[in-house]
Amino acid sequence: MAKARVKVPKTAAAGELVTIKTLVNHKMESGRRKGKDGKVIPRKIINAFSATFGGENVVSAKFEPAISTNPYFQFSFTVPSTGDLVMKWTDDDGSTVEKTKTITVA
Amino acid sequence: MKKFTKTLTCVLALSAITTLAIANEDAELIINEELKISTKASAPADSALDELVSGWRFRIKETQALQMDDFDNPSFIFIEQGEELFAKVDGTEGKSCASCHEDVGSFKGLRAALPRHNSSSGKLDTMETIVNNCRTERMGAEPWKWSKGKMTAMTSLISFQSRGMPMNVKVDGNVADAYKMGEELYYTRVGQLDMSCANCHEDNYGIMIRADHLSQGQINGFPTYRLKNAKMNSIHARFKGCMKNIRATPYKEGSDEFRALELYVASRGNGLSVESPSVRN
Amino acid sequence: MSLTRRNALVLGSAAFVVTLVPLHAFAASEKTMADIKAFSGGAAVSNGGIDLTTPEIAENGNTVPVQFSAPGAKRVMILADGNPSPGVGTFNFGALGDASGSIRIRLAGTQDVVAIAEMADGTYVQIAKTVKVTIGGCGG
Repeated sequence: MAKARVKVPKTAAAGELVTIKTLVNHKMESGRRKGKDGKVIPRKIINAFSATFGGENVVSAKFEPAISTNPYFQFSFTVPSTGDLVMKWTDDDGSTVEKTKTITVA
Repeated sequence: MKKFTKTLTCVLALSAITTLAIANEDAELIINEELKISTKASAPADSALDELVSGWRFRIKETQALQMDDFDNPSFIFIEQGEELFAKVDGTEGKSCASCHEDVGSFKGLRAALPRHNSSSGKLDTMETIVNNCRTERMGAEPWKWSKGKMTAMTSLISFQSRGMPMNVKVDGNVADAYKMGEELYYTRVGQLDMSCANCHEDNYGIMIRADHLSQGQINGFPTYRLKNAKMNSIHARFKGCMKNIRATPYKEGSDEFRALELYVASRGNGLSVESPSVRN
Repeated sequence: MSLTRRNALVLGSAAFVVTLVPLHAFAASEKTMADIKAFSGGAAVSNGGIDLTTPEIAENGNTVPVQFSAPGAKRVMILADGNPSPGVGTFNFGALGDASGSIRIRLAGTQDVVAIAEMADGTYVQIAKTVKVTIGGCGG
């Protein structure tokens, strides 16, 4: 399964809006291309992404094949207090990748 | 009314294309808000070009932006893969790259000086031949394919160490013959369209061919992540692509012809900053 | 101002521009309409309160950067009206999220990209932007 890169600030002020960047290495095979043998290459994409902070939903997303190869997603949220940002990507084959980053509120 | 809308769209499109061509005249390439890259350099007196201009300047602002932040630049996925490969033991000798070259940073400057003469083979060395030479001679490992993922991940990682340094390829002495060969290839018309490199990249850079903004064909940013195929592209793979576009039979990646051409084209960018890994369309 | 011939012309062309701008907005395909209906449950969708940033011209349809922002929205859906299947992504925001995002998407050709949001009060808003996808000589 894919490898994920994330950019998350280590610290924030209470109530600060922080921006998170994520990039995951994945072909995002659309299911519309044909291979050299003339057969359709089966669809295989990252179909879902979710981010929670302190167990609370920040954003959960459903991705379609129109998301580019090596999916990039940037989002922002308000940090209430110190906690863990848990980001999770789900592949069509059921496998998942998870990244956890702690944001400390000084 | 539909016709009106259509006309309007056409007018908008035309004006947009005009803007596209001239949009980023004053844009500066500063990476991560700190590393300033020279995307223009003055041409040497004997150059056929008025000024040396990096391919970055020919892209639209959205594509340019992808190279201005190392997180937004998707190349770094592949650089991370390169770092893993650098540390990975492979081959009969039980060695990794890191066994000899502890720090990949020791390759700083290499990209700016390639291709160069190899006295034992008598040929030009490119980054790919240097990597494969280590693999076969010192590691006892299989050579990697010229433009496949593992090789481009490794060449991206090594090239990145020189980012910001001026391209400075030697063209005389023991590479003088190869330079001459490269120059000749550059100006020789080939293929069904009967075109040479110079027809596009020297005579007509800056204009649009259909919707494509022709660049000088500089290679100071290679390996480059192309939006077109979403992966790292080698210099020779790009040469091949160009030759296919003019309906010529491409030389083989790693051939003497492409190595000589790489030397000649690299030297035409002497003075531009190494941008590897760059982002292009 | 007296209505001279020149003034009438100026007024006329101004009106022309004004009427054309909303027209340029967009006429969605059936598939897109169906997706919007499924998202909104058939509720009326108005303009405003949502922003969408796209390049005027994408150098390559394989990777087109798109930014959306709908302050206070609970859900945002992005559609590519001219793709074989319009769906791009749907984003559900929790209380901490600020209902904005940046993604890179595939566009099969020149078309409208549409963003629809469900606001906190249950109303729906949308915006559409045309992206020209170029066919390159060599880069494409």
